[in-house]
Amino acid sequence: MSYATEKLAEEKVFKDPVHRYIHVKDLAIWDLVNTREFQRLRRIKQLGTSFTVFHGAEHSRFNHSLGVYEIVRRICDDVFPNRPAWDEKERLVSLCAALLHDLGHGPYSHAFEKVFHVDHEDFTRRILLGDTEVNAVLKRVAPGFPQDVADVIAKTYRNKLVVSLISSQIDADRMDYLQRDAYYTGVSYGHFDMERILRVMRPLEDQVVIKSSGMHAVEDYIMSRYQMYWQVYFHPVARSAEVILRKIFQRAKKLHAEGYEFDQPPRHFQSFFDRTFTLKDYLALDEAIMMTYFQLWMTEKDPILSDLSDRFVNRRLFQYIEFDPGKDYKKLAELAVLFNKAGIDPEYYLVDDSSSDLPYDFYRPGEEEERLPIHLLTPNNEVKELSRSSQIVDAISGKRRTDYKLYFPEELLTDGKKKAVKQQILDMIREGEK
Amino acid sequence: MLQGHARIVDFIAQTDGVTGRKKLQKMIYIAKKLELPFQEKYEFHIYGPYSEELAVRIEELCDMGFLTEAVEDKGSYIQYTYGVTPEGQEFRETLGAGSAAADFASALNEKSSRFLELTATLLYFDDLPREECIEKLHIVKGKLNFTDEEIDEAFAFIEGLQTFRRIS
Repeated sequence: MSYATEKLAEEKVFKDPVHRYIHVKDLAIWDLVNTREFQRLRRIKQLGTSFTVFHGAEHSRFNHSLGVYEIVRRICDDVFPNRPAWDEKERLVSLCAALLHDLGHGPYSHAFEKVFHVDHEDFTRRILLGDTEVNAVLKRVAPGFPQDVADVIAKTYRNKLVVSLISSQIDADRMDYLQRDAYYTGVSYGHFDMERILRVMRPLEDQVVIKSSGMHAVEDYIMSRYQMYWQVYFHPVARSAEVILRKIFQRAKKLHAEGYEFDQPPRHFQSFFDRTFTLKDYLALDEAIMMTYFQLWMTEKDPILSDLSDRFVNRRLFQYIEFDPGKDYKKLAELAVLFNKAGIDPEYYLVDDSSSDLPYDFYRPGEEEERLPIHLLTPNNEVKELSRSSQIVDAISGKRRTDYKLYFPEELLTDGKKKAVKQQILDMIREGEK
Repeated sequence: MLQGHARIVDFIAQTDGVTGRKKLQKMIYIAKKLELPFQEKYEFHIYGPYSEELAVRIEELCDMGFLTEAVEDKGSYIQYTYGVTPEGQEFRETLGAGSAAADFASALNEKSSRFLELTATLLYFDDLPREECIEKLHIVKGKLNFTDEEIDEAFAFIEGLQTFRRIS
């Protein structure tokens, strides 16, 4: 028996609060779970700074990765077998891609990537193809297998049906994170009838389609997603923590560039400051390491770094107001001048931030749009784009919603020092609130 | 603050207007590959490298009144043309965000959307040797049937663009 088809002597299961059990029969999957690169995902939270608002949101990328794997396993083992468009030979690559799709995520990756100009997808590829334990397992399947898995995750794999299982507007990734994040945050949104969706999924040559009898379950899924984005993922207070985190990284990077001597040399960040990092440097980072630095930086002599670190560790977050960048960009420049006069560096303490989501989009043939729509399969085997049948989905199709906020430390503006200029700032900010 | 938005306005201002969302996406991607100061994150989508962040910023800039989006129904598809408004010019000047040289933006804008899709896709796989890169192109873009001549022309175009590469 080849490694690609080799099964465990006895099936392993993980207890899971979302899917109840996660089943592992394939030896290759079991070996991948036990690699050091996959185990590292236990030390990276799925929802970054959302725990500052939803205290239950401490779940990791490890949980989510197993969840995506389980959904794809169920599709491959229970839904797709014996369907003409499904090639059984694609089963293992689909499972591996599902399991490993977030492998390159780092700690607080959203903020970290923005400041250090790195890309977690690039790291996913490097882990899959580089000198790693994951690569060694994948190569045992076949020499070209690591590249196949990397191609599925990068959406450049030859079989688009396999890609659509992991990356489309109704994929295993979204189906897991919506339910999992709803469970751990404790919100009542995010739930939908996944059992029903899986039962009515059908494979076609290029993508997964949904039997039209399952349309209402898909509507529910899209509305759940919409609610989760605005109630959880874009929560303005969690974004405040994210803004502070970004500013901590930015400050540390700037201090290093200016030759500042840290009380504790930031060894783990050194190669990212200098842009000489290796995969090994990246894999050495996790949230525990970062939190250790934030704790150390709370007593640094640089007042900005110590203040920002203290704010993050002790949840002394920035206040926010609504902000219209088209109308207010000149006011923002004026505020920056006043912040400087007040002795508060606007680079770190006056921050605009936006969040935006497009709940569902359809495809306009020939040009322009880039999202594969969800297709329904009618009883006479016609394929029909979802929003043409669903009034609910049609109402939100192609409609993007964006939210802008301006973040600032309110208590620094009311501390009694430099009163006149700070009052001027507060008046301008309050004027914007009206 | 809003520098990323201002760079996009600045880039479009270097042209007589850009026709096609896909075309604008690929132009900025190519500029980014040449290390011009764009921060939008790209992934591989139907038409090659695509940035959701860029799509959002363009829509925001239209909502802010800094870009115009002319919509033309071409029968089988809708075509969008982007230009900079007087308010957008003021925004760009206020923020002083440089993006690219005018002759670079024009060199890209003169090319067709199909050609830029090909060029951007080849650049996406630029870590591969040329033959493997072409092989990959045919896998992901098989339906477009790019000819050897088109591919050679795209490689030559990429070579020619290197003079615009940002030296940091």
